[in-house]
Amino acid sequence: MTEFSTDAARALAGPSWLVDRRVRAAEDFAAAVPPDVADEEWRYSAIREFDLSEFVPSSQPCAAPTPDFELDSSAVVRTVNGRIVSVESADELSAAGVYVGPLTTAEQGPDLLGAVGSEAAGYFTILNDAFVADPVLIRVPPGVVLHKPIVVTHHVTGDRAAAFPRLVVDIGADAQAEVLDHHTSESGPLLVCPVTELDVSPAGRLGYLNVQQLGSSTWQFCSQLGRAGRDARLTVSTAAFGGGYARTRSDVRLVGRGADCDLSALYFGDGRQGLDFRTYQDHVAADTTSNLLYKGVVSDESRSIYTGLIRVRPDARGTNAFQTNRNLKLGEDAWVESVPNLEIENNDVRCSHASAVGPVDAEQRFYLESRGVPTGEAERLIVAGFLGEVLETLPVKAMREPLRSAIDAKLSRQRRSEGVVS
Amino acid sequence: MSELVIEGLRARVGGQEILKGVDLAMASGEVHAVMGPNGSGKSTLAHVLAGRPGFEVLGGSALLDGVELLDLPAWERAQAGLFLAMQYPTEVPGVALADLLRASVSSSDNADEIESSMRVEAERIGFDEKFLTRPLNVDLSGGEKKRNETLQLGVLRPRFAILDELDSGLDFDALRLVGARVEAATEEDSVGVLAITHYSRLFEQLRPDTVHVLAGGRIQQTGGAELAQELEDTGYERWSDAPPAVASSAKLPADPVLDGPFSDPFADPFADPLA
Repeated sequence: MTEFSTDAARALAGPSWLVDRRVRAAEDFAAAVPPDVADEEWRYSAIREFDLSEFVPSSQPCAAPTPDFELDSSAVVRTVNGRIVSVESADELSAAGVYVGPLTTAEQGPDLLGAVGSEAAGYFTILNDAFVADPVLIRVPPGVVLHKPIVVTHHVTGDRAAAFPRLVVDIGADAQAEVLDHHTSESGPLLVCPVTELDVSPAGRLGYLNVQQLGSSTWQFCSQLGRAGRDARLTVSTAAFGGGYARTRSDVRLVGRGADCDLSALYFGDGRQGLDFRTYQDHVAADTTSNLLYKGVVSDESRSIYTGLIRVRPDARGTNAFQTNRNLKLGEDAWVESVPNLEIENNDVRCSHASAVGPVDAEQRFYLESRGVPTGEAERLIVAGFLGEVLETLPVKAMREPLRSAIDAKLSRQRRSEGVVS
Repeated sequence: MSELVIEGLRARVGGQEILKGVDLAMASGEVHAVMGPNGSGKSTLAHVLAGRPGFEVLGGSALLDGVELLDLPAWERAQAGLFLAMQYPTEVPGVALADLLRASVSSSDNADEIESSMRVEAERIGFDEKFLTRPLNVDLSGGEKKRNETLQLGVLRPRFAILDELDSGLDFDALRLVGARVEAATEEDSVGVLAITHYSRLFEQLRPDTVHVLAGGRIQQTGGAELAQELEDTGYERWSDAPPAVASSAKLPADPVLDGPFSDPFADPFADPLA
């Protein structure tokens, strides 16, 4: 028995429509079959080591930690254990009709929650539906262009706490925004199941950046669900550094003709971390483009998994879809699995996929060494450069420097563990 | 005044002995040309001196001011004052020239000096400044890569520079600028230059003091600058008796650094590889 019962879901505070929605989801969850590595979607994952009964749902708020970076933003929402603890928003935003805050107090809240997500419900997405405490809504009305990013931070803390952050971003026609979604947690055993819905209306433009800096014993099952309308432009990107086992599933659906999606991720695992990425590029409409680039580094005994599927539906003629996953393995005990896939139901398409796994290239290292750069330093330059290719394309430009520091921190930890070995 | 003394250098690549006892000595400010037919071991000499992985030293020595280079890892050889301008400079995605140069001189110079030195050097050889912040050698033409190598030589000011076919891939104007820059380095910074080439066209700007003919894995003849011209006219036929260091049938790793008979894209396409 777990603590994630229908009664527990019913007991959570909120408006009646949300309580009803949670209860329905909790009933679905009770009937759902837990995932297993025998399922293709969970192959290679650490799901067999996961035990939900070790965790208790928590929506206990407390003060949010101060982030270790500063960003010039137009609005900041902070949640702790999925409960909103603060909302700051520039006056210009409300003057322009932009909404940033609790979804439950927004007029269209009930319609927007789950609007993108409902079709791709997985086990942990349903669990989020059942235990989501306080969904966050960002709504940009048609034609409004935001010049500074909106920041949402989520923190998880408490004894064996399980939290269910939810972020819904709704970009109106021809509107434009950037969103930073930053996830942190304490170091003890914790569970976080975030769900993010990104809906971009015709000709809208959204750059979304998820930065995952969870504690080293946190389990994460994250869903990012994107939908792009006619001529919309959606970037869904992730920079993942933390977690014990952190899984991120990213789905984009290109439903309007001419929609264009970029999916990108950079990740760096060390210690005994597992970083697991599943992607789905679903081309529904004609003349749509999706471009995926995931690059990762694993060191020590860490593991990374990438599996992705490009699907081109029968009506999606003129699709361009690309998928590339490249990995650097720093050490014998690190482990990488990379499986790209295509499923094409229309002939008039241009698709490609590629994946690579290998150590630091000996020729590249020698080139730097031949200029007098010591071996370790040469490797660090190559690794930083390898991830830099993704870093330079991420939305929320002001985060590039903090992310560069996060990569440097991982690399210097690498240097220290090398020192211990030798 | 510095000295580079190579004695009895023997080396193996892919299980095959390519260098069979190379002797060569040079001093600061001197320009030595190493010429020879394809497959004679010219590039192997360059890589063995620089410490490229995959090249196995079988014997001999290479002393830079009394320091045994062959005992040092590649980066320490470079710090000791050896520079290799590569025939096929490696692409290093995500690492800019500026990052590289800052890392290579981190202990001695400060970053500002590097910046200004890079700009001065780029100007001298007509290298577009936009390349300074782009990933190393990525999407550069053959000629731009060679200018990039030359720029690094100018910034790093080594004691000895090995130029492995620096002339290949350069058009006439670029060759003139690059050749003049290296010639100036021999005068301004007393850089000693070991210029490995198949042709003598580099020597219109960079005047060799000494020319060596490398064939069959050994230095077969040493002479003055006039020998380069002579070789241009007569070719390397006279050393055809020397067994080729790289047998054309030998199975070698598919590696462009090996100057095997079929792998040099700048070789005369009509030459008989077995001649």
